Amino acid sequence: MPAPQTADEIVADKFLEVRAKLLEIAATLDRVDRASADSSLSDEAAHRRDALQKGIEIIASEGSDRAARLQMLYSREYQPGWRETFGMKSS
Amino acid sequence: MDYIDPHIHMVSRTTDDYATLARMGCVAMSEPAFWAGYDRGSVDGFRDYFRQLTETEPARAAQYGIQHYTWLCINAKEAENVELSREVIKMIPEFLQRPNVLGIGEIGLNKNTKNEATIFAEHVDLAVTHQELILIHTPHLEDKYQGTRMILDMLCDDSRVTPDRVLVDHVEEHTIKEVLDRGFWAGMTLYPVTKCTPQRAVDMIEMTGGERLMANSAGDWGPSKPTAVPDLIFEMRRRGLSESLIKKVVYDNPLEFFGKSKRFKFQPRQ
Ligand SMILES: [Zn+2]
Repeated sequence: MPAPQTADEIVADKFLEVRAKLLEIAATLDRVDRASADSSLSDEAAHRRDALQKGIEIIASEGSDRAARLQMLYSREYQPGWRETFGMKSS
Repeated sequence: MDYIDPHIHMVSRTTDDYATLARMGCVAMSEPAFWAGYDRGSVDGFRDYFRQLTETEPARAAQYGIQHYTWLCINAKEAENVELSREVIKMIPEFLQRPNVLGIGEIGLNKNTKNEATIFAEHVDLAVTHQELILIHTPHLEDKYQGTRMILDMLCDDSRVTPDRVLVDHVEEHTIKEVLDRGFWAGMTLYPVTKCTPQRAVDMIEMTGGERLMANSAGDWGPSKPTAVPDLIFEMRRRGLSESLIKKVVYDNPLEFFGKSKRFKFQPRQ
């Protein structure tokens, strides 16, 4: 079912809000860069910084499922054989 | 607009919250048993909690014209203690015939461990044995996708489980489709920080059509907003969605699902 709002209306409605969110992200990444100018990030922090970068790439990509793909980027993988790993039988 | 909050933890909220919810149109709510913020030391701790859920809260809600229903279980976090969990599961039938009990919940996974999965399966067995509805908690953040898939595996393994008697809560963009496609009911939780905003929830309503879908505040003792469902109603109206679709998600769907319990005796406002 399509939303009654037109694409033009959504862009007009959301422009300032999204602009503000983008600025927040840009300023946060700048802050990380400034703080890490003299010392490199720890492995864990570097890993997370990298995950943010990958998220930004998903946002910049084409497609209508960006939110779902972003969610999957930040999800642990599902193991179909988990029951065997736990020694639980599937009935 | 009259609405129902299908997942809210009123034991953690003030009487002022009941008054506010009533003024915003909340006519009924369901309160799943959950983690109190600390691990309870004994089965009697749960017995007292179940008395609170079946005696104290319905009386408190009634003062504001709100019909209070509840779900019983030991939550996924405390399910790590298998021995205590089994004692609680054995004690639950003492409360199953109380008039405001809709079923077993919120059961589920937290960190997707073996003990959690074991106790989840034992709760499902309790529910189907007593022909009770089931309300499910899916994990948060990075554990959600994996945990939701594991929960669906266990539910689909048990041939006694009827999907349309199960509500899977806290669905998000990456889990909603599988839950609905397999015939379960789905709940979206509007929570600041870890879950979903009203805007994203309305996106999911638009994308799925709202069939077998509900929205809740999961208001509890943490950062949460008990009036989140009215926020969703407002966002739907702002986007020009029909009043009938709004009513379906926040009123008709909960009524239809809860109505599958023989103890659900909701009286609509005259
Ligand atoms: Zn909850």
